[in-house]
Amino acid sequence: MKKIMLTFTALLLAAPLYAQNQDLGGPVSEGGAVETAGIDASGEDAEGGLTFTVTDESDWADLGVAIPAFATDRDVATPANTNGTAALGREVARVITANLRNNGLFKPVGPDALPQPSFAQIRAPSWATWSGRGAEMLVHGFVQARGDGRLMFGCYLYDVALKDELVREGWVVPPADWRRAAHKCSDLIYSRLTGESPFFDSRIAYIAETGPKNKRVKRLAIMDSDGANHRFLTLGSATALTPRYSPDYKRLMYLSYVDGNPRIYVYDIGTGKQTLVTQSTNPTFAPRWSPDGRYILYSMAVSGNTDIYRVPAGGGSSVRLTDTPGIDIGGSYSPDGSKIVFESDRSGSQQCYVMDANGGNQMRISFFGGRCATPEWSPRGDQIAFTRIAGDFNISVMSPAGRNLRVLTSGWQDEAPTWAPNGRIIQFFRTERNSGRTALWQVDLTGRNERRLPTPVDASDPAWGPILP
Amino acid sequence: MMNRYAAITLLAGTAALAACSKKAPEELPPPPVETTAEAPVTTTAPTGPVVGSQEHFVDAVNGQNVIYFDTDRYNIDSADAAALQTQAQYLGQYRQIRITIEGHADERGTREYNLALGERRANAAKNYLVGLGVDANRISTVSYGKERPVALGSNEAAWAENRRAVSVVIN
Repeated sequence: MKKIMLTFTALLLAAPLYAQNQDLGGPVSEGGAVETAGIDASGEDAEGGLTFTVTDESDWADLGVAIPAFATDRDVATPANTNGTAALGREVARVITANLRNNGLFKPVGPDALPQPSFAQIRAPSWATWSGRGAEMLVHGFVQARGDGRLMFGCYLYDVALKDELVREGWVVPPADWRRAAHKCSDLIYSRLTGESPFFDSRIAYIAETGPKNKRVKRLAIMDSDGANHRFLTLGSATALTPRYSPDYKRLMYLSYVDGNPRIYVYDIGTGKQTLVTQSTNPTFAPRWSPDGRYILYSMAVSGNTDIYRVPAGGGSSVRLTDTPGIDIGGSYSPDGSKIVFESDRSGSQQCYVMDANGGNQMRISFFGGRCATPEWSPRGDQIAFTRIAGDFNISVMSPAGRNLRVLTSGWQDEAPTWAPNGRIIQFFRTERNSGRTALWQVDLTGRNERRLPTPVDASDPAWGPILP
Repeated sequence: MMNRYAAITLLAGTAALAACSKKAPEELPPPPVETTAEAPVTTTAPTGPVVGSQEHFVDAVNGQNVIYFDTDRYNIDSADAAALQTQAQYLGQYRQIRITIEGHADERGTREYNLALGERRANAAKNYLVGLGVDANRISTVSYGKERPVALGSNEAAWAENRRAVSVVIN
């Protein structure tokens, strides 16, 4: 009898933790590290190459890039592809082709329309073959199964007219992470040709939506930047909203109604455990990380009044950063961590404000008619993306001083911009009028290249993480 | 205390009049689905909703368990005040009953702002009830932002129905 009582007591004590975790799926196994490997230089110095600079992506749309299948020295089956490393090499080239094409930057031709180079040709391209096809740039690469079970990928970019190598790099990855090698190669090509920072090797957290408008099921989900490796993290019994990856990808913050009230949880991806962002019975919203991952911003409503708070990510006491009677919510750090742009209706309508990281010097920056919501500071520091509400909801950018407003999209309701790691592309979600259906979209800073990112079900609240460590 | 409840009864009388000028949508939303199970009907007991059920509450306040707000606003106007007075009268009569006030926003707002706005609306309703003498400990609040619309269209009439605070019996 006593034993039963003890068990019962233990169950009671465990109940809150259980309740807190009951909407979570199993822990997600994260891939291993990607190791950059030297690939032996074939005599030539890889300096030189393109001499012009890029100011507008549209100039690049006509640049032909040939991406034939990666070659292999020995065709063997691996956990990455049971059909062998040759088949894997073709898949890698397909991923790179899709990356470069989907972002509207280049005119890539993939492996299915091109001859297959031999392993020896990877370092000594058959120039006549490629110039004859009108290719201006040529991507070559190889796949090798290593003795330790990992895979070695080499990636080379050649200028066909110059008959010269522009850049090369190699990576060693566990078989499960083969797509990361394809993204690393895409980043290498993109960066070398545009002079911009990389962004393909990154992940996106978002909310997967199913069901009718009045009974929407909203689940936390993650995927690679190209939509691959898609996983649901919550089961859907509780509404999940507004995720944010930590800069090191080890944790995810998001809002969940798992205990019946809106609360921000910090979810540890490795252990599958989650904790409340703050031990308070007040509702908490709008989680944000500082760029170095040391601080968390959250917004908390006390007696109906919402303000922004900052707490050390490792635990500690919260500091209240705003104290107006209006709704102060959100917050996005400048890349150097010194300033925060946030949203407040203290003036009577939603507008964007900038303050010091400690809450000082709060100043409104949006003065262009309409409302300014969900501001997000570019990782480059030079722009702030936001939802402009002026009749419709549209993704817009302005300078950190609130100047040079540019409206980039024209949907009925486009909201919640999130930046690619290099600050060149903005992702957001678009809601359809009446049906309430949602989807993720991307637009570049010119506003010309807009595309829908395919997801298994409807999607909202995207949060693009930084380049993977 | 007696005076206060007498005052509520008087105010409740004006509530019926005030309801005529209510800015609320033409069609009232359907009652919340999460009503507790009705008492089983027996041959001896009187039929109808039992005290402590959402249905009993909604019947007693004549459907005025929901109040409505203008775009981006959270103030209690005269129609809201009348409805809340009716609710306060009910809560004064049934002192064992506790409620949750659910704050909602229409879809024409950004998600996080709407969560904060729903919380502000729920608290405005709560504060009004507390001002009428209802113990604050009997009223909890929760915001659903734009996550739980009752009217599904994307037009002014639907949005007006969705900008609301709903009182729900929780025991």
